Amino acid sequence: MNTAPRLDLDERLDTAKILVCCGSGGVGKTTTAAALALRAAERGRRTVVLTIDPARRLAQSMGLSELDNVPRAVAGVDTAKGGSLDAMMLDMKRTFDEIVETHAEPAKAEAILANPFYQALSSSFAGTQEYMAMEKLGQLQASGDYDLVVVDTPPTRSALDFLDAPQRLTTFLDGRMIKILMAPAKAGGKAYLKVVSVGFNVFTGVLTKIIGASVLQDVSQFVAALETMFGGFRERAQATYDLLKAPGTAFVVVAAPERDAMREAAYFVERLAEEQMPLAGLVVNRVHRSGVTSLTAERSIAAAQSLEASDGSPLAAAVLRLHADRVLLADREQRIQARFTSAHPGVALVEVAAQPGDVHDLAGLRAVGADLAGPREAAVPA
Amino acid sequence: MADFPGVRLHVVTGKGGTGKTTVAASLALALASGGKKVLLAEVEGRQGIAQLFDHAPLGYDETKVAVAAGGGDVFALAIDPEMALLDYLHMFYKLSPTGIPARTLRRMGAIDFATTIAPGLRDVLLTGKVKEAVVRRSAGDKPAYDAVVLDAPPTGRIVRFLNISHEVSGLAKVGPIKHQSDNVMAVLTSPQTAVHLVTLLEEMPVQETIDGVAELRSVGLPVGGVVVNSVRDPLLPAADLLAAEAGKLDVAALAAGLKEAGLEVPDPLLQGLATEATDHAHRVALEERGRDALGALERPSYELPLLPDAVDLGGLYRLAELLCEQGMA
Repeated sequence: MNTAPRLDLDERLDTAKILVCCGSGGVGKTTTAAALALRAAERGRRTVVLTIDPARRLAQSMGLSELDNVPRAVAGVDTAKGGSLDAMMLDMKRTFDEIVETHAEPAKAEAILANPFYQALSSSFAGTQEYMAMEKLGQLQASGDYDLVVVDTPPTRSALDFLDAPQRLTTFLDGRMIKILMAPAKAGGKAYLKVVSVGFNVFTGVLTKIIGASVLQDVSQFVAALETMFGGFRERAQATYDLLKAPGTAFVVVAAPERDAMREAAYFVERLAEEQMPLAGLVVNRVHRSGVTSLTAERSIAAAQSLEASDGSPLAAAVLRLHADRVLLADREQRIQARFTSAHPGVALVEVAAQPGDVHDLAGLRAVGADLAGPREAAVPA
Repeated sequence: MADFPGVRLHVVTGKGGTGKTTVAASLALALASGGKKVLLAEVEGRQGIAQLFDHAPLGYDETKVAVAAGGGDVFALAIDPEMALLDYLHMFYKLSPTGIPARTLRRMGAIDFATTIAPGLRDVLLTGKVKEAVVRRSAGDKPAYDAVVLDAPPTGRIVRFLNISHEVSGLAKVGPIKHQSDNVMAVLTSPQTAVHLVTLLEEMPVQETIDGVAELRSVGLPVGGVVVNSVRDPLLPAADLLAAEAGKLDVAALAAGLKEAGLEVPDPLLQGLATEATDHAHRVALEERGRDALGALERPSYELPLLPDAVDLGGLYRLAELLCEQGMA
């Protein structure tokens, strides 16, 4: 069986400028991001963690109570080595508004912000959250206030969505429809007629019929108002994309040892390679292992059965069944992981043991961070 | 008697990773059992249904994917916004999907454009198709389907997905879209619909379920049942569980029992097994707290066991049977 190289996260925490945590939903991505950020801070780096929609209690553990789009210092962090930890939750709409305000003249900005289509787009465009997370990441990095930005990617349908978001937004802005809707604003009636073909009258007719004339008017107003900002948008999308490929950026793919989560992780690893984006490695969360390797599942079940048959100790029989379940689960998880490693032999990997409860304080995050950094050192006998 | 007699649209949501699609598929099989016809729909382009039923990827055509216990049929489809729009144009404006206007719309990227700029519009199209299947009549004026099961977006997005009137109201105050969204909303908020939530007995999914129920209630969407997935029975006898949780597992009794079973019991083995028992007791206690918290929601609740291997078709039938036994279908 292939064994994966060990992922040395401490080395990354000490040198990277940007760490992006990605993976499918429900695998402990946000906790991983927070734990890595805390560890980096306590190892002496000025760190900020950008989270998207964290679980309430995890957010509280870092002192985050609302979306305010401003990094706040986390209390209780050990700053002895000169590091610090700030945390913030992304306010997607606020971030979008700020871009508009920065890139458009005041009057235009006002028109855009008031347009119903802008409001819909900025709060729920498929990809806005991803795009804004990347935008904010760029801003935090450029501020110069931090040595390291740790970002937790949005809980998307597919882990790949956020990589495509900047591209999707530019494709959208470059789209044919936008050009058509903008044409009248650009060059009076003539170009309008030239751009559009015979189909267009039918087309606007249909469109008007379906969505109504006033809606169509709102759309073209919105598009015209956006036009001034196009350059800015495209540039920024490109800059963000470049930043993700720059030296100093590393991606940490988070998964759980389950079929679907590992499949997503595999897609992601392949995709990062295609985009030439730097992968640090894979974190496999919630791994079950048995500390008792000398007793196999088969032997354990057989012993439990003999106790049950002879009305022996119910406690011992139950513990043996429990142990057998645990060993079988560990085996299954290892098979799933081995399948990943055979297909992606070069990908470094670290396992984090399953905990009975969730993490909701700094001590818990610190413990996860220690697990991420590697197996805890054996106690030295006194 | 099943718990949801008047319900014809079962919306299944849940936190990512809780097994929402598996539960939706099992519920469809359960509802179909005994000769019923059920439609199972997905809207996120994940092809989760096809994978579960070991079927080729699903398209917009309603395809039979399984026969239920006692002779019912489960049909399935994957609804995508573009097809839903063409369908909508066909139904309401008699535009042929292959005619010039429809082709022009596609060629210009108008559908992408419209659903990008107004995601509420995409949701109206997706839920509109679901609603159409719910109210559709076959020959003889009988409902085309006895029930429709929707494998919906996860809990975090479910209210925005279903509460389309609110999403669209900012964009279109009058006109055909408004009209359509009102019609869809009328079905979604009626007693014909129930939104079920799938959860695990872990802290975060339980909390998200509680928040989700509150959010659904606040906008008048009818909350159905809570399905607790991947349940494992406690293995230890009750008294030992309590002792282990308090850190007072009777290790001597355990050692004696193991010897009785003919095992050698060196100390590391004994300590290792005791640790596993204690971990188990902590988890059971945590699960019990989760169960209590869910109980406070006062909704019917159903429990499905963790299957030993990844869910296959056989597993789905087993889960469907359990849902029937517990009265969900």
